[in-house]
Amino acid sequence: MTADNQLDVWEVFMQSKPGANYIHAGSIHASDKQMALQNARDTYCRRGEGTSIWVVPSSAIVASNPEDNGMFFDPANDKIYRHPTFYVMPEGAKAI
Amino acid sequence: MTEQQALYKYSLRLGDNALILSARLSEWCSNAPFLEEDLAVTNMALDLIGRAQAMLKYAGEVDGNSKTEDDLAYRRGERDYYNNLIMELPNGDFAYTMVRQLFVSTFELFFYEELQKSTDATLAAIAAKTLKEVKYHHLHAKDWVIRLGDGTEESNRRVQQAVNQLWMYTGELFEMDGTDALLMKDGIAVNAEHLKMGWIQMVTQILALANIELPADGYMQSGSRMGIHTEHLGHILSEMQYLQRAYPDATW
Repeated sequence: MTADNQLDVWEVFMQSKPGANYIHAGSIHASDKQMALQNARDTYCRRGEGTSIWVVPSSAIVASNPEDNGMFFDPANDKIYRHPTFYVMPEGAKAI
Repeated sequence: MTEQQALYKYSLRLGDNALILSARLSEWCSNAPFLEEDLAVTNMALDLIGRAQAMLKYAGEVDGNSKTEDDLAYRRGERDYYNNLIMELPNGDFAYTMVRQLFVSTFELFFYEELQKSTDATLAAIAAKTLKEVKYHHLHAKDWVIRLGDGTEESNRRVQQAVNQLWMYTGELFEMDGTDALLMKDGIAVNAEHLKMGWIQMVTQILALANIELPADGYMQSGSRMGIHTEHLGHILSEMQYLQRAYPDATW
């Protein structure tokens, strides 16, 4: 595999409408913040997909290690009492 | 010349500027320095197509001979095109394309700001929509010119060369003739000459940030107001119009 020599990689997060969560849209190359924002706009926002964009240098993201998956995620699997399933949820609170 | 004829020509001119620059920018598709820039340049080309469509459609309506925007785009010869010469010049290298974009977008920033106030409701509405697009084109071109001008020795040299070569095509942006004079009386057209000071100031500031020297004012190319073009326009049209010329009224 040849080395990626096309500038730095940035991760793009986009908000589809005001108040909505920012969702990872993909990644782009850019040499600085302004270019990153413009490239994110030009790559992921051409068809009215978003109302706001965040760009983050990929190098600034700390990711969990797959080897730690057992320690990180498995303990939550068998503790049903962590979930609020034993309560009667009020009407209207559908998204919990 | 009647006001109707003047308005027809004025709309054609604005439509042709957008159409021909769009054709040039489209040539970068799959050829830009990297993928994201490929999308950026072709996005601009698509904005310009939209503007060309609106302007030429309006020109057809004003003309009143039931010509559509497609008739006007695909069935006029080069002597009947009125785009500024700077739009039709070959792309050169990436620095050249971005310097041209800076010169044109800076002009359009001032121009469409004024055209928004036109007493012609259609032109004013197209101008309001166009202005948002132009602001982005300007920002993108400005950032690139500064980045390249203030970059390496080679990128600086290429930007300086582009500025030197394109300078003589900038005078034409501010030219006015009888068409403008007639339409200005009723507040339809923009006084382009008045935009020159603002343009020079903004371009000077940006080129200073890019470590680029402003060329001395010398001979300025001219001709597009009369349909006189460089040899390059014919080649653009022959490619663009081939299908309609070879198979008139072809449909999918």
